Amino acid sequence: MERDVQRVRDLARRIRVETIRLIGIAKSGHFTSVFSCAEILAALYSSVMRLSDDPTWSERDRLVLSKGHCAVGVYPVLAERGYFPSDWLDHYTRVGSPLGDHPDMRRVPGIDFSSGSLGHGLSVAVGMAIGARLRESHATRVYALLGDQELNEGQIWEAAQAAAHFGLGNLVAIVDRNQMGLDGPTEEIMSVEPIGRRFEAFGWRVEEVEDGHDPVALLRCFGSLPTATSRVPICIVARTVKGKGVKYMELSRTWHLGYLGPEDERATTLEVTQNA
Amino acid sequence: MREPFRAPRPREPSWDLAASTQLARSAVAGEVLAEMADDDDRIVVLTADLMYSNRTVDFERRHPQRFLNMGIAEQNMVSVAAGLATFGFIPYAASFASFVGLLAAEQLRTDVAYPGLPVRLLAHHAGVSLGFYGTSHHATEDLAFLRAVADMTVICPCDAASTAWALRATVDLDGPVYFRLGRGREPDVYDQATADLQLGRLASLRDGDDLTIVANGVTVAPALGAADRLAAEHGFEATVVDAHTVRPFDNEGLCDVATRTGRVLVAEEHNVVGGVASACADALVDAGLADVSLKRLGLPPDEYALIGPPSALYKHYGLDVEGINTAAVALMEER
Repeated sequence: MERDVQRVRDLARRIRVETIRLIGIAKSGHFTSVFSCAEILAALYSSVMRLSDDPTWSERDRLVLSKGHCAVGVYPVLAERGYFPSDWLDHYTRVGSPLGDHPDMRRVPGIDFSSGSLGHGLSVAVGMAIGARLRESHATRVYALLGDQELNEGQIWEAAQAAAHFGLGNLVAIVDRNQMGLDGPTEEIMSVEPIGRRFEAFGWRVEEVEDGHDPVALLRCFGSLPTATSRVPICIVARTVKGKGVKYMELSRTWHLGYLGPEDERATTLEVTQNA
Repeated sequence: MREPFRAPRPREPSWDLAASTQLARSAVAGEVLAEMADDDDRIVVLTADLMYSNRTVDFERRHPQRFLNMGIAEQNMVSVAAGLATFGFIPYAASFASFVGLLAAEQLRTDVAYPGLPVRLLAHHAGVSLGFYGTSHHATEDLAFLRAVADMTVICPCDAASTAWALRATVDLDGPVYFRLGRGREPDVYDQATADLQLGRLASLRDGDDLTIVANGVTVAPALGAADRLAAEHGFEATVVDAHTVRPFDNEGLCDVATRTGRVLVAEEHNVVGGVASACADALVDAGLADVSLKRLGLPPDEYALIGPPSALYKHYGLDVEGINTAAVALMEER
């Protein structure tokens, strides 16, 4: 466990550092939306998901980035895994690059679905979970990473009812409850709470992770899930902080999208390195 | 040939009315897919609480384990189909064209076409074929959108035989296919003679040198009737082509017949903007054939269709034998 915890911490730090570097190349990007789910992504990729060196392995676990704007934090992980050459990262968002702000499954090995239009990902994940069942891939789990403001989208709840109806215990929705939309706090824009009770009412099993940045809590939660053959879909509500790891970005109204000058980039990289 | 009315048999579920009265004779997709699925385990069928209307119940009865009723949630249905396709399945998602082609339009673009997934949409009761159910249930704009969606194949069969042909001919096609289907009461045009049909090619059903009538779906049969009448009453010989594949459109084939006849009349169950007539106009302009006379017969651009029984609407909008004949005569008299 201790080793796994350290791996999550290390990978989360690298995700933050690389996110700062890549957005520096693009000169605009979603720093804070990545920082809030850095530990979640790190836990999934370092020890939770069943993956192989082959990103097309049919029995692998799937991850749908329903909040597709966190892709900039996922690309470095995929490159690290050897799914594509790491120099792709150096040309992030340049004309013709496979790597854009939102991920393209046809161009980026390791991306399980193209996303970006919020509200779609959970439905796609439901289709994958049904697909895994029909294929009798009983160990395969499908994870969907959702933003919290994204829960305003009606299609999320169409998917939620279908997942419960079809008994998709191989489906795990993770809500990155980072408290903020683009225009401000979620509960000011269009409230999403009570998230857990909403999913429970739709027939889901809900797990609350009080600190979604704590690797121990995350690993414990993932480790205690019923087997993928269960009949109840799972929603993990991970309480996080938008912009976590960079003090001036945390829960800021102005940092959903942004760009750092060279000086600030250096200072911010130092901060996320030291905090980790 | 029209079937005589037969009352539903006692104890038959009333929602099976369409089947019991033989009113859905060209709604064969469910039955054909059930046959195809006997030896193709990739085929999965989804619908949105309409399995009797679209006869996917015929699939459900044979392959219940590969049938998913998604309830009244069409956007979710289309995205779920996309997820299924990533697992190697070929999902056929069925609902009214107004919901598959319009309500779920963005899901079609973003979750299905952009990832290039082999999802098939059975968009039935297209055009104004839901008659007095009204504008919410009409789909007269779907082609305008779908023609602009990269990687989308759009097929509009006109009867039972060509529907079966289209389903079988596309099963291994890369990327998505949108089947624009009627209400199931279309008369036979092909019977079983679909051997000459080719994806992406206009099907020539009648030859003549005076004008070309381009039709698809519900307008094919009346176009043939109108051409016969045109010959008998006016001595004009029309070529009639079935533009069953709307995307990719057979630009070359259209330009060939247009060059030969000099006049093109398009009859379609769609707004005259963005559908088959627009595809023809694009083809002609791209080929520098803008001097061909092109006449568009369809739903008017700036109004929503009236409500009424479908056959009355076809008559009202000139999409029946008489209307197509009248438009053809007018086109012939233009110069």
